Amino acid sequence: MITALLLFWPALAALLVLLIKGEGAKKVAFIATLVEFAIALFATVNFVPDATTQFAIDVPWVERAGIGFSIGMDGISLLMVLLTTFLVPLIVLSSFKHDYKNPHVFYALVLFMQTGLIGVFVAMDAFLFYFFWEVALIPIYFIAAIWGGARRIPVTFKFFVYTIFGSLFMLAAFVYLYFQTAGTELAAHSSNVNAFYQLTMDSATQSWIFWFLFLAFAIKMPVFPFHTWQPDTYTESPTQATMLLAGIMLKMGIYGVIRWLLPVVPLGVSQWADTVLVLSIIGIIYGSVIAIRQHDLKRLIAYSSIAHVGLISAGIFTLNEQGLQGGMIQMLSHGINVVGLFFIIDIIFRRTNTREISNLGGITQTTPALSIVFLILLMGSIALPLTNGFIGEFLLLSGVFQYNYIFGAVAGMTIILAAVYMLRMFQGVMFGTKSEATEGFADLTFHEKAVLIPLVIMVFWIGLFPNTFLSISEPAVGQLLSIINR
Amino acid sequence: MQEVVMPFNNQEMALLCLLVPLLPFIGFLINGLGNRKLPKALVGMLGSGTVLASFLISVYLFIDFTSNGSRPYIVDLYNWFTVGSLEIGFSFMIDQLTLLMLLMVTGIGFLIHVYSAGYMSHDEGYGKFFAYLNLFMFSMLVLVMGSNYVMMFVGWEGVGLCSYLLIGFWNKNHNYNNAAKKAFIMNRIGDLGFLLAIFLIFITFGSVSFPEVFLSASQMSGMTDSGVMIAITMLLFVGAMGKSAQIPLFTWLPDAMAGPTPVSALIHAATMVTAGIYMVLRSNVLYVLAPTTMEFVAIIGLITALVAATIGLAQNDIKKVLAYSTVSQLGFMFLALGVMAFSSSIFHVLTHAFFKALLFLGAGSVIHAMSNEQDIRNMGGLRKWLPITFITFLIGTLAISGIPPFAGFFSKDELLAHVYEHNKLMWVGGLLASFMTAFYMFRLLFLTFFGKFRGTEAQRSHLHESPSSMTIPLIVLAILSTIGGFIGLPAVFSDTHTLGNFLSPIYDLARRANGAAMEAPHIDHATEYMLMGISVVVSLVAITIAYVLYVKKETVPAPEGTRLSPIHNLIYNKYYIDEIYDTVFVRPVMALSTALHRFVDVVVVDGIVNGFGKLVMAFGRVLRQTQSGVTGFYVFVMVASIVLILFLNFFIG
Amino acid sequence: MNQMPDVIRTIPLEFYLYFSTALFAIGVIGVLTRRNAIVIFMCVELMLNAVNLLMVALSSYRSDPNGQIFVFFIMAVAAAEVTVGLAIIVMIYRNIRSTDVQLMNYLKW
Repeated sequence: MITALLLFWPALAALLVLLIKGEGAKKVAFIATLVEFAIALFATVNFVPDATTQFAIDVPWVERAGIGFSIGMDGISLLMVLLTTFLVPLIVLSSFKHDYKNPHVFYALVLFMQTGLIGVFVAMDAFLFYFFWEVALIPIYFIAAIWGGARRIPVTFKFFVYTIFGSLFMLAAFVYLYFQTAGTELAAHSSNVNAFYQLTMDSATQSWIFWFLFLAFAIKMPVFPFHTWQPDTYTESPTQATMLLAGIMLKMGIYGVIRWLLPVVPLGVSQWADTVLVLSIIGIIYGSVIAIRQHDLKRLIAYSSIAHVGLISAGIFTLNEQGLQGGMIQMLSHGINVVGLFFIIDIIFRRTNTREISNLGGITQTTPALSIVFLILLMGSIALPLTNGFIGEFLLLSGVFQYNYIFGAVAGMTIILAAVYMLRMFQGVMFGTKSEATEGFADLTFHEKAVLIPLVIMVFWIGLFPNTFLSISEPAVGQLLSIINR
Repeated sequence: MQEVVMPFNNQEMALLCLLVPLLPFIGFLINGLGNRKLPKALVGMLGSGTVLASFLISVYLFIDFTSNGSRPYIVDLYNWFTVGSLEIGFSFMIDQLTLLMLLMVTGIGFLIHVYSAGYMSHDEGYGKFFAYLNLFMFSMLVLVMGSNYVMMFVGWEGVGLCSYLLIGFWNKNHNYNNAAKKAFIMNRIGDLGFLLAIFLIFITFGSVSFPEVFLSASQMSGMTDSGVMIAITMLLFVGAMGKSAQIPLFTWLPDAMAGPTPVSALIHAATMVTAGIYMVLRSNVLYVLAPTTMEFVAIIGLITALVAATIGLAQNDIKKVLAYSTVSQLGFMFLALGVMAFSSSIFHVLTHAFFKALLFLGAGSVIHAMSNEQDIRNMGGLRKWLPITFITFLIGTLAISGIPPFAGFFSKDELLAHVYEHNKLMWVGGLLASFMTAFYMFRLLFLTFFGKFRGTEAQRSHLHESPSSMTIPLIVLAILSTIGGFIGLPAVFSDTHTLGNFLSPIYDLARRANGAAMEAPHIDHATEYMLMGISVVVSLVAITIAYVLYVKKETVPAPEGTRLSPIHNLIYNKYYIDEIYDTVFVRPVMALSTALHRFVDVVVVDGIVNGFGKLVMAFGRVLRQTQSGVTGFYVFVMVASIVLILFLNFFIG
Repeated sequence: MNQMPDVIRTIPLEFYLYFSTALFAIGVIGVLTRRNAIVIFMCVELMLNAVNLLMVALSSYRSDPNGQIFVFFIMAVAAAEVTVGLAIIVMIYRNIRSTDVQLMNYLKW
């Protein structure tokens, strides 16, 4: 029941928000997302830390065809749901000082988006998963295309078409897999996740299914070389959309790999894991190196995101516990850090009207609070110990290193390169003398602090007590590994 | 590392151990959050007071430890993170080495905090400065107290962050910021090595906790000089190279002098940069199992000592000279580690911490008096105005030059004796480096405090001795630099090497693992007297030359822009190493970044994606010709198609 | 099968088939060749009715009422369609003063 509530509450709230004209919409939306977060917390409290799928609902959807409306949460899903429900209120709150046209539509779309995202993370049926996968795309498309920057139309069009292109391959693979499943007395086949897990196919079949599925997930993440929609989209979207994209939507791809790729086609994975690792590691170096010379803050973080996701992807494809658990924790960390960083960029942009590093500088002289928060989030992203990034990167690199020493060493370059581009950015923006644009730069306001302080708390919580989260996903990851190694 | 590490159940002691790093951390939080609101006096009190408290607790821990049979113990705070068989505890370990480092770090840290209260009193970032210093103390204490490699790494990176923040303390100046960034990035290169070493240790030994790793290392057979041991120790050493500024990762340390002088004294001379030595020493069991690495460590140490010393000969910035001398002394310490003179190395760490902190603080006092002038060409004759600074600085200089009975003499002499035993050629190199050290240190001293004043009138009118909050730490450190050497008297003077005996248990496992390597060198007394005599004579010669050059002849180094002889030019420009790195690493990466972005990303990768789009569009353009918009045509095509299908169906199907 | 009235059998099924095929063909040719929208529209009706006729005939010969029921539906829909269609044509005429379909080639991108 909780899962259904989690799933439908944002959609209901969205309908409600649509009815409210004017500024009231953002407050209602904010309260609705807080309620959603409370529901997720309630679920977490009642969650039994074992490998089972809990709070499950399984009602027939297309009964004759064996397609069910099957939702539920295991530890992996729960972590993703927690991340989503934690970030969305902050993203809504972060937009309070923005005057978006038609605010009721904007916030309704954000809430619809949340339903789509939660749906992706709780769906236990392939077609339901696909359904929510596409549902999540539509609101973000409109948000970006309506409230975005000057080049929003071509950029969001490309983003939309590119991701749909990948998704269709996934659908094709799902249809094929569906026809391989054994059915029940009611239906000839089943699209339930467990039915998919029981499939046994020869390795040649698994090999092409692997690529069909991987393409969809790789575009979403994005993994090099399927990333080119991403910097443009991040740059052109309104900041709240960028936060949704980078903070949560990107995790859909990784979650998809963990839930729908690794256990379904283990033979395919074992054939192609090396290739994927190489691609991911190229992505790490490639994204980091490009980020070094970027002058637009949003674009810089966009490329850094490619690097971070590359590491997560490399880690989970090592198929060892440290890699997978590291991937889980790093998804949370990356979501938190990247949302915080984008918000800080938004704050800077709103006050100076520029995102060019060369036009900024000296901000730290008048803004102790902003400097501290910025530095903390930055240290989180470059994986300083006792911040959240360290736990993730340590486990991921450890996983990759165990898989292959050379891969581990090359992937480890990220800790050097991340320091290079992040510190260069920090120095350019915060240090030095004041520029024309940053003259009279005001420190954080109350509502900005309200967004950033929860993020900072989470940076240290995950950094100091990662077991809180690791223990949630540990049994599920263990079970997943046993399915993969069956 | 001893074999037995007691589990620890004493709650009060556990709390005390926790308080050692926690107190500075609390100081950091209060000073950091109350940054601009707290009164300066309170900030200074809080910053120094917390460190003093840590020092007192450390003393108590030390007394408690020695009076309870010197048994090391582990204080487990909580399970930090667990994944599969990897279990990382947030825990501290107390043993001889830790205690020694604790006393050194908190003791010298306290003195430097007190000094900073005076030195930084006019700075607007006073609260921020103390917050950073306290954070540094916290990180450094975690580094030395951590009971596993990951905890050590926590402190390791933490001190790197503080170093970054403090070098770039005056962040309006981008030169300083660049120096800070360079320090952080070069350290990160080392950190990657350290991190990979941790992974390899975990894979090899199934644990990262010190007692378990060292115990299993000492019990595994056939590990001596095996590939994996060499790999682990080499990777660890890469980490040490970064942190302790060894060739090839040393160029950040001279640049790090951009930070306030107390920072240079605390972080870049006395404590953080010796973390590399601490790490190697802590891993002594692993290192004795990899003699190849040890040889490499010794060679790197020696080369660093020599290269840095030669550069030091020609520098004119008072802090730069001290920085190169620090690099050079660190080289000595690694040289000692490489020849397995572990205790001599830590002995030198200790005495070096005394006299180098003293020298830096003295330099700070000079800079303070000279209104932020750092160029020794513009100083001279300062002993008239700064008597206390002069005397203490002289003591420090004598100590670093190895003149008995000052602290540096004993440690350096012991160190060189071990090197002599190991390899005569290395000993000659070490002697050469120590000759240069004595020369450039006395050059510095003479140019600063002797001769005529060469600065501007404005500077002269402001010359004054520093306030007591600055001179008292100088005096304390001067006393330590004078008598500090007596904790490790050489065998010819005394039967008991206090420090050596105290530290001896930490090599128990190393002895078991590779007993042959750990055997103490047997130097007869005659040789030892001879070695001692040679090194003193060498230093005295160097001092005499410096005296003749800079006091008798009153030579002053050539001003900027003068043509220098090629060799002089080479060392004056630090062998152009920065320029070489810039050409070989920085520029290519920057060019690669631009190329990858402009060409590969936008043109190639995105071009392919857009190419797909364009292909579809091209098809569309062709196919749209059929969509004439004339309904009749559509109907005709439809009918024709139906007829065709029927026709085919009839004749073929 | 046995209840089929004899009167129907007086004309064999083939005749119905030929007739409705011819009717359909006339309709198709009309649609293809004529340019006046109203004539085309009537030809479409012709095709529709050819099919209706065929359905009724087959339904009767097979004694299956389904076909005739379908025809009723088709007639109802056709009536509605005529209404809409003619309305559209009238609107077109009002706009361009012609019912020539060649002039209406706006249906392209």
